[in-house]
Amino acid sequence: MKVLTLNFLTCAVKACKSTSTSFPLHPKDCEMVSDTIEPNPKLLYNILPRVNWTALLTTVAELGFPELPPNPPTIEELQADEKMTQELHTLLLETQISEGCLVCGNCGHAYAIKEGIANFLLPNHLV
Amino acid sequence: MLPTPSTDHVNFERIYEPAEDSYLLLDTLSSESEKGFLHERFDATEDARGNSPSPLVLEIGTGSGVVISFLHANSEVIFGRADVLTAGLDINSYACEATEKTVDVAEKIQAQDGKSHGFYLGNTLGDLCSALRPGMVDVLIFNPPYVPTPSLPVLPNFEQRAGELSYEDESHLLALSYAGGADGMETTDRLLDALPEVLGDDRGCAYVLLCAQNKPEKVKERIRKWGSGWHVETVGTSGKKGGWEKLQIIRIWRSIPHNTNNEEP
Ligand SMILES: C[S@@+](CC[C@H](N)C(=O)[O-])C[C@H]1O[C@@H](n2cnc3c(N)ncnc32)[C@H](O)[C@@H]1O
Repeated sequence: MKVLTLNFLTCAVKACKSTSTSFPLHPKDCEMVSDTIEPNPKLLYNILPRVNWTALLTTVAELGFPELPPNPPTIEELQADEKMTQELHTLLLETQISEGCLVCGNCGHAYAIKEGIANFLLPNHLV
Repeated sequence: MLPTPSTDHVNFERIYEPAEDSYLLLDTLSSESEKGFLHERFDATEDARGNSPSPLVLEIGTGSGVVISFLHANSEVIFGRADVLTAGLDINSYACEATEKTVDVAEKIQAQDGKSHGFYLGNTLGDLCSALRPGMVDVLIFNPPYVPTPSLPVLPNFEQRAGELSYEDESHLLALSYAGGADGMETTDRLLDALPEVLGDDRGCAYVLLCAQNKPEKVKERIRKWGSGWHVETVGTSGKKGGWEKLQIIRIWRSIPHNTNNEEP
């Protein structure tokens, strides 16, 4: 699963949904792989307005990626900053989480990721 | 006609094999009228800041992956743009694996031909929309388990075993792909209930397949009661039988708030 997926997911436990701590889920013990993807600035620019930047900052810190600016860059800023464009390209387009888990900050449940597929099926006592 | 993605690598003893319902989705989503609707709705023209947010296209219940890989590979033709985020979800872990492969194969063929494709986020294992953040999905597609059955199969345990499956395990996974409980609607009803929350406020829309036994007119009536701004329409049909359409695809959508002049009242 691409790192960007974390921006669209939350804890599957009903009671957690309304809490602010259930998003983003926290990656733990994650192994990553990287695909090689041709530079695609248009895709990058059009993904950015969809990204919850605050959540992305948390994810980036937890995965140990280079720090991002506190606010999302504008297109002009990106066009002028090759290094940041490259970093965002690597992070958002190329990086996949292949193994590990995603932990809910509210209930503490850990969703396992195996061979790149996260398992959001709940054990019976959490349904 | 756009090519149908290859699913040669898929084990149909544990994963739903593409059938008339799957192909009706492909035909409907690539029809002139739906292309027109999607092109207009996801118009790639940039705003003053140079942005045109990429739509997120999610298929629930991907099975072999034939539908999502079709949308992924042909995103430029269908949505009018290649910067589309695609993703899938299924309750069957083998279906998730198979879908990732199907998308990969379809993507490579596009690349070989020098053609564009979307940006695939991956598949996740889960129950319908339970792990989705509200308001994120722009286009949701669901070909549900729609056959009326006395009861719904139990949902799989959270720890799915790897490797060898018994004959019973495989039949259970296949039952999950078609058995819909009362009126064939038990799973579809849960999906419909989740839609208003899951779909994006401005551009969200969904394509859901129904069969005649699902009582499609009643389903549509119910959706119209969600309130103003919600619309539903049958946009694809197949298998006419004595005046009845056996299968149909309904499109569910919200009027775009700031752009109401091109939507019907
Ligand atoms: C009729 S098959 C459709 C497969 C594929 N989309 C196609 O059109 O060929 C229904 C799919 O939904 C999946 N499914 C059933 N119940 C589900 C649930 N509660 N959550 C997610 N997926 C589910 C099944 O595993 C199966 O793959």
